[in-house]
Amino acid sequence: MPQDVAAKPSLGAFFLAYCVIGLIGFGGVNAWARRKLVEEKRWITEQDYAEVLGLGQALPGPNAMNVAIMLGERWHGVAGSLAAVFGLFGPPLVVLVALAAAHDAYGEVPLVKAVLAGIAAAAAGMVIGTALRMVQKLRPPPAVVAVGLAAMVGAAFLRLPLPVIVLGLAPFGILAAWWSARAARGA
Amino acid sequence: MQRAVRAMNGDDPLWSLLAGFAAISLIAVGGGIAVVPEMNRLVVDVHGWMTDAQFAQLFALAQAAPGPNVLVVGLIGWKVAGLAGMLVALAGMTVPVGLLAYGFARFRRRLSGAAWLRLAERGLVPVAVGLILASGIILGQAAAVGWLAVALTVASSLFVWRSDRSPLWALVVGGIAGALFL
Repeated sequence: MPQDVAAKPSLGAFFLAYCVIGLIGFGGVNAWARRKLVEEKRWITEQDYAEVLGLGQALPGPNAMNVAIMLGERWHGVAGSLAAVFGLFGPPLVVLVALAAAHDAYGEVPLVKAVLAGIAAAAAGMVIGTALRMVQKLRPPPAVVAVGLAAMVGAAFLRLPLPVIVLGLAPFGILAAWWSARAARGA
Repeated sequence: MQRAVRAMNGDDPLWSLLAGFAAISLIAVGGGIAVVPEMNRLVVDVHGWMTDAQFAQLFALAQAAPGPNVLVVGLIGWKVAGLAGMLVALAGMTVPVGLLAYGFARFRRRLSGAAWLRLAERGLVPVAVGLILASGIILGQAAAVGWLAVALTVASSLFVWRSDRSPLWALVVGGIAGALFL
């Protein structure tokens, strides 16, 4: 699997990419941002994106926005961060307000509701498939997989608060990364 | 002047939106979804801007629409105080934490290559991937209105995992299947 990275994006291309990410981001934006930035544009590697996403979750605030701001800063400073945030929020905000206004005016339109229900089911699969794809490409050692599974169980089944999961598992993740790196060097 | 007095009394909705969402954003570790209960408390219990049912409806709408789920904050602001409310609520939710993220990005660049930071970054990766998987499972549970919806979720997972084609195909198929059968 090639992991070479293309040249850094121009400000305009970066802004447009985030507009698209916002507009197709059904079921949350992170899976779509990864698809666009890692697989389609190749501006960033799988590992690099996963690390920035991890930081975006550990920092307070919407994590997709934190990722957008950090990547924007990396490539174009303040202008890059602003471009990413306006691309990420602007277009979908217009769609959302239009949907809300239509909802107020016409109530629930059965066909629209049915289409959105089908899209929601498919989007859930998109998010699950993205996680599996990341695991496949990152090839984490067993100790690291265990930390990931703990995060998944804690959030999806135990429904623990996210700050508890992120801050509680971070030390174990760091330990697992350190231990795996040491084992790999020793081998 | 009048606005300043009302702001001090805490009943100017724009000020309440700005301050309320700014405070909430700062505890939103793990993402905007982490603080939905806090948003519910602010909007329904503290200010009485809407009922529980209305809040749930707005949240469902924001989930169904494309884009960051945190845009529900914009919808809430819009309901409370129109366009100004929408912009102010979103500013509260994004500007303070956005500045923090920007500052962190600068700080990270200065430290780039520091061994302890590299280790911390790598250590957060499994949590990030695990939480993506969890959010997919939670979305799948919410979308599972029947066997067809479950089949759509499973098929879409396999397609996105195993195929290099655009995941948009999965959404198109899902939308058509929804229109015909759901």
